[in-house]
Amino acid sequence: MTQDSSRLTPEAGRQKPPRRLIFVLPVAIFAILAVYFAVGLTKDPSKLESVLINMPVADFQLLAIKGRANPDRTWGLESADFNGTVSLLNVFGSWCIACQVEHPFLMHVKKISDVPVHGIDWREEDPDAGPNWLKRYGDPYTLIGDDPNSKGAISFGVTGAPETFVVDKQGVIRYKHIGPLDQTVWDDVIYPLVVELRKQ
Amino acid sequence: MNIRRLVIHTLVACLLASTPVFAVEPGEMLDDPVLEGRARDISAGLRCLVCQNQSIDDSNAQLAIDLRVLVRERLVMGDSNDQVVDYVVSRYGDFVLLSPPVKASTYVLWFGPVLIVMFGIFVVATVFRRRNISPIAAGDSSSDPTSGPRALSEEEKKRLADLLDDSDRNRKTGEIT
Repeated sequence: MTQDSSRLTPEAGRQKPPRRLIFVLPVAIFAILAVYFAVGLTKDPSKLESVLINMPVADFQLLAIKGRANPDRTWGLESADFNGTVSLLNVFGSWCIACQVEHPFLMHVKKISDVPVHGIDWREEDPDAGPNWLKRYGDPYTLIGDDPNSKGAISFGVTGAPETFVVDKQGVIRYKHIGPLDQTVWDDVIYPLVVELRKQ
Repeated sequence: MNIRRLVIHTLVACLLASTPVFAVEPGEMLDDPVLEGRARDISAGLRCLVCQNQSIDDSNAQLAIDLRVLVRERLVMGDSNDQVVDYVVSRYGDFVLLSPPVKASTYVLWFGPVLIVMFGIFVVATVFRRRNISPIAAGDSSSDPTSGPRALSEEEKKRLADLLDDSDRNRKTGEIT
């Protein structure tokens, strides 16, 4: 008796291929989304890819900070300063805790390397704050521009401090590091890049 | 009663008198209301890069303030709205735009949802069309699929009666065959 029951649904076999798709498709879509989100949601959204890589340093002029004025120069730091030699640009501020963490390493770089490190003293509310900070912790910078209203920072697309840029001899931005520089970043990325760019 | 009325009136008056709070400070505003209006429009579409989910028009972050001032300076210098936006994008990339531009890399973002909805409608339509054809009617090409299942033949009626009979008897005796 039971073996005859299949007779009641003679078309059951016909529906097999689309049925299978209905089960497989959601699983496939879920798998794709899971991978997409696993990658996308674990990225740090504050670490933005800069659009300025391989672009020339934008035209800007910043006055010198207090105590660093040079009678031979109109500006403390300007775009023309990046022509002719491979250099680093570090954006800092006395209000920035991570900059304080980074600072001893910049002093170390000054000792171990002859790469000029220029600074943008970003958004000091008190014009004495930056100079006092450098007096207290040491001054690793070759040239410093005072940037009270973010003109310099915006021309480098800066979103936070500290940020460090590597600029080649032609004044083209070649690399951007977000966050404090340390020995690892220096050894792995910055120094090899500087050596490479100096050969060009 | 009177006190209640007074309270309600005061509350309504407060609600009517209040205006939305903006981050833009009076000192930043331009004297020309047309330019200021354009500056507000542009700022509302630019992302604050510190807070990221606010526009620079809404944000009190220092960088947002400086970007707002920059937008106004460029407008005063005679830039068009597009030129101002292009300048900020040239520094910070498309990420700074709260509404992503339509271009090859964002086609999936803009048109993906439409495609997925269309695909869904297609799948649902296909499934329903298949279901409309009932299994029994589909086997009998002579009958109209919309008229429902055909009547049982004499032989089938007899089998059905036997089956019902069987199960009745089983229930009575409690025996399973």
